[in-house]
Amino acid sequence: MSETPTFQEIVFKLKQYWSDRGCIIQEPFDVEVGAGTSCPETFLRALGPMPYRTAYVQPSRRPADGRYGDNPNRLYKHMQLQVLLKPTPPDVIEQYMGSLEAIGIDLRKHDLKLEEDNWENPSLGAWGVGWQVMLDGLEITQFTYFQQCGGIDLELVPAEITYGLERLTAFLQGVDSVYDIEWTRGVKYRDVRHADELQYSVYNFELADVPTLWKLFEIHEAEARRLLDLYKDYTEKQRFPLLAAYDHVLKCSNLFNTLDARGAISVTERVGVIGRIRKQAVGVAESWVDQAGTLGLSRVLPEEQPA
Amino acid sequence: MNLLLEIGAEEIPDWMLAGALDYLATAVGNLLKAHRLGEASIRTDATPRRLVVRAEGLIAQQPDSEERIWGPGKSAPPAAVAGFAKKQGLEPDQLEILSDGKVEKYSCVRKIAGRSASVILADALPDLVLKSPFPKSMYWVASNAPGKSPVRFIRPIRRIVALLDDKVIPFEIAGVPSGNESSGHRKLGAARFPVTYENYEQKLRENFVILSAKEREARIRAVSTKYKCDNDLLRTLVNLTEWPTPITGTFDPEFLELPKEVLTMVMRHHQKYFSVETPDGNLAPKFVAVTNTDGDPDGLIRHGNERVLRARFNDARFFWEADQKKKLADRVQDLANVTFQAKLGSYLAKTERIEELVLNLMLYTANSGKPLTEVDIRNAKVRYTFGPDKPEFHVVRAARLLKADLTTELVKEFTDLQGVIGGLYARAQGEPEDVAVAIYDHYKPVSMEDSIPGTQAGQLLSIADRLDTLRGCFKVGLIPSGSKDPFALRRAAQGVVKILVEGKLRLPIQSLCEGSMQLEEFLAERIRHYFREIRGFKYDEVNAVLSSGWDDLLDLEERLEAVRDVRPTEDFEPLAASFKRIRNILKQAQFEGLGDTLDESLLELGPETELYEKFTATRAACKMLSDYRAKLEQIAALRPHVDQFFDRIMVNAPNPAVRQNRLTLLHTMLAEFSTIADFSEIVTNSALHQEEMPKELIK
Repeated sequence: MSETPTFQEIVFKLKQYWSDRGCIIQEPFDVEVGAGTSCPETFLRALGPMPYRTAYVQPSRRPADGRYGDNPNRLYKHMQLQVLLKPTPPDVIEQYMGSLEAIGIDLRKHDLKLEEDNWENPSLGAWGVGWQVMLDGLEITQFTYFQQCGGIDLELVPAEITYGLERLTAFLQGVDSVYDIEWTRGVKYRDVRHADELQYSVYNFELADVPTLWKLFEIHEAEARRLLDLYKDYTEKQRFPLLAAYDHVLKCSNLFNTLDARGAISVTERVGVIGRIRKQAVGVAESWVDQAGTLGLSRVLPEEQPA
Repeated sequence: MNLLLEIGAEEIPDWMLAGALDYLATAVGNLLKAHRLGEASIRTDATPRRLVVRAEGLIAQQPDSEERIWGPGKSAPPAAVAGFAKKQGLEPDQLEILSDGKVEKYSCVRKIAGRSASVILADALPDLVLKSPFPKSMYWVASNAPGKSPVRFIRPIRRIVALLDDKVIPFEIAGVPSGNESSGHRKLGAARFPVTYENYEQKLRENFVILSAKEREARIRAVSTKYKCDNDLLRTLVNLTEWPTPITGTFDPEFLELPKEVLTMVMRHHQKYFSVETPDGNLAPKFVAVTNTDGDPDGLIRHGNERVLRARFNDARFFWEADQKKKLADRVQDLANVTFQAKLGSYLAKTERIEELVLNLMLYTANSGKPLTEVDIRNAKVRYTFGPDKPEFHVVRAARLLKADLTTELVKEFTDLQGVIGGLYARAQGEPEDVAVAIYDHYKPVSMEDSIPGTQAGQLLSIADRLDTLRGCFKVGLIPSGSKDPFALRRAAQGVVKILVEGKLRLPIQSLCEGSMQLEEFLAERIRHYFREIRGFKYDEVNAVLSSGWDDLLDLEERLEAVRDVRPTEDFEPLAASFKRIRNILKQAQFEGLGDTLDESLLELGPETELYEKFTATRAACKMLSDYRAKLEQIAALRPHVDQFFDRIMVNAPNPAVRQNRLTLLHTMLAEFSTIADFSEIVTNSALHQEEMPKELIK
């Protein structure tokens, strides 16, 4: 390759690559999530009979993984490039490998392995089977065939491809610390992101007020529940704001993760709180499928896009 | 003819290949047998992307066969007979009348033309393939028919090669038609190329796929760096690669300051690298990675792997240093927030129970397993309170710190190193060496092959930890049933048995079950298992000594060895048979014998007094002997006298007092010698006769 791509160039190239393969290029979802999977573009679109293809960058918050900006490999917030292909094209792995070559990795000169790694998100009632993709010993991608979302068997099994953008870029740029990644020429990842790593670590581990977080959790949980109860008897189903209900579920999920990082959730409580979030997530998923049904959506396979 | 079946799937998890191949070999074998397609020899192979069955020597056409069809009875009305004949395409007079073994019936023979192997296989293979029992499977395409559940397999099937010699066996699985095209290595080979039965393996090789697992293993082994071969890891790597090539990388020797255990764990479990040792057994700053490529001429792959390992090691160092900021001793209280089990409380509660228990175990050991008095325990606690740092109490100190590493970052990252990391931290934080070693070892033995902890403190801790888990779980009803054993209680119990016996510890293990009959039975079963399966004793000998008590396993082991040694001598088995006879007689007579004393004046001169005298002499002799072998030899020598007694004396004497006295004699003998083993448990050749014996009481 002529010049090592910068962080943002890698993002551009991957977006272009998947755009060329018929994906809608979305922008990041505007409610805090722990992973691109949780965004409605994946969690809700995976449900039901409608085909869908999308790709987007999702900043993903994992409060417990924060390290005050000190650790070269761990981040409170990292960037995922999330691709959802529903239904899964038969050459999905070849397409994925093509995306690596598109960002300048000559796979004939590198060692690529697909090692079993199944994925599960108990608070969303979602799971799938798949692999972690290892490139020269580095895990660069999670590849998952979704089987269930919100406790519902999926009609069209989607493939979800999640690239860890920092790791991938560090690999390509040959740097040992994510903070040394070149974001764009002359600007390092550190310059852009170090402050939020430090500040959120301080907040999540030291200053977050536990009673307030619990209060917020309960408010969002109650609002999600209230909406889901309303949906049952709501006559004009198509108008009903299930997406708003889902926002509140995601708020709960992030508050739970923050409380967890703060050490405020005992192991015994954990299962119970996860169950509370799952209950609302499952409620949204079920209503979503019902709502799609009332819209008379049927299974239409997309036209194959020329590669 | 020769069959080639290749199921081309996306990467199958390495640990599932062996089971899938076992199934396919059996299923294809059964299929060929059931359809009489000849005695084919079957071989199976797999790479991550294909499951392959080859069968040699099929016959092309199933032989024709005949089937007898039974119609209506001989006396059926003509219309019924005509109807039957018509259905078979015959005239009524072409039917025979034969007996089906019970009644006479109209009957005919139908000829069944043999079908071709190709048709049979095309019919049967899709189902056979989809029935492969994977521990976890997935669906990937919607079902064609509404309401029909979609097909499942371990990973999506993308190609199928199905050939009889060079002809395709036509069928389809999940929309994928069978054909003659295989696929090579994802990057080095062609995506599609035709194969025949004959050239299959060669074509794969040309496309950078080595079909034979043995050959892939040989390629992995052929690296000049002498690495520490870990067979599990080797098998994993063989099953993760189609064209394995090992490469050697290095890491900065300054990481060798980190514990070897942590470095090895990172290399083996996180990175699937082999670690390398120096000639003197230390860790060398090198590793061997196995790539799925044909080489690394520019060193790019090596460089990438080295960088990943450096990051991993940096992480470990980061955790190690962060963990040192809070000593284990200061972490103990934090265990209050770590749940051991919902009904059994936190790890702090468990720690406190283990401290108490290990103090008792320590006293028992010092006391050769004899019962402890309240005073013993109280005195020990007082001594402990005033001198907790004394070496004798190091084991209690270790118990206090035992689980504290659960709160460290390193253990959160490397859960399998729990205990080991605690031990390393204890040493780094200046705890006494025996405390560190005891913590380090307390998960041993992790399997029946693993060694037990190397020090007595480690052994006592390991027992106390497991015993606490066992007692707690049994108390709250978490008892393993069948294959369900989520808390690995069987392994815990098995470890206790192994440590007690191999560590030569005298602890009253039965008494330590706190009266839980279920736990006692559970432990007894593990004791049986240990002595039978691990130590190779005969099951009846194990049962015999177990019946005489198992509170002290060292004593049990001595008795067991004695029984094994004395068993081949000529008197032993007949005597064992006689004991069984005695037991049956007493049982038949419902003789309790408690409180009865023998009245010597009622003994009949001759065999009865002789037996009695011999018995009292033997009993006296046994009291003088400490060795069970010698005791058993003494007891075995009673045999002619016992035989004489049974030949000549009727136990069921008319005089009730005499009868009672004889039963008392037998009972006393039985009770006396059953402290070594219950000889009636020994299975003897003459055992058959014994069942009739009690009859003599009814004479």
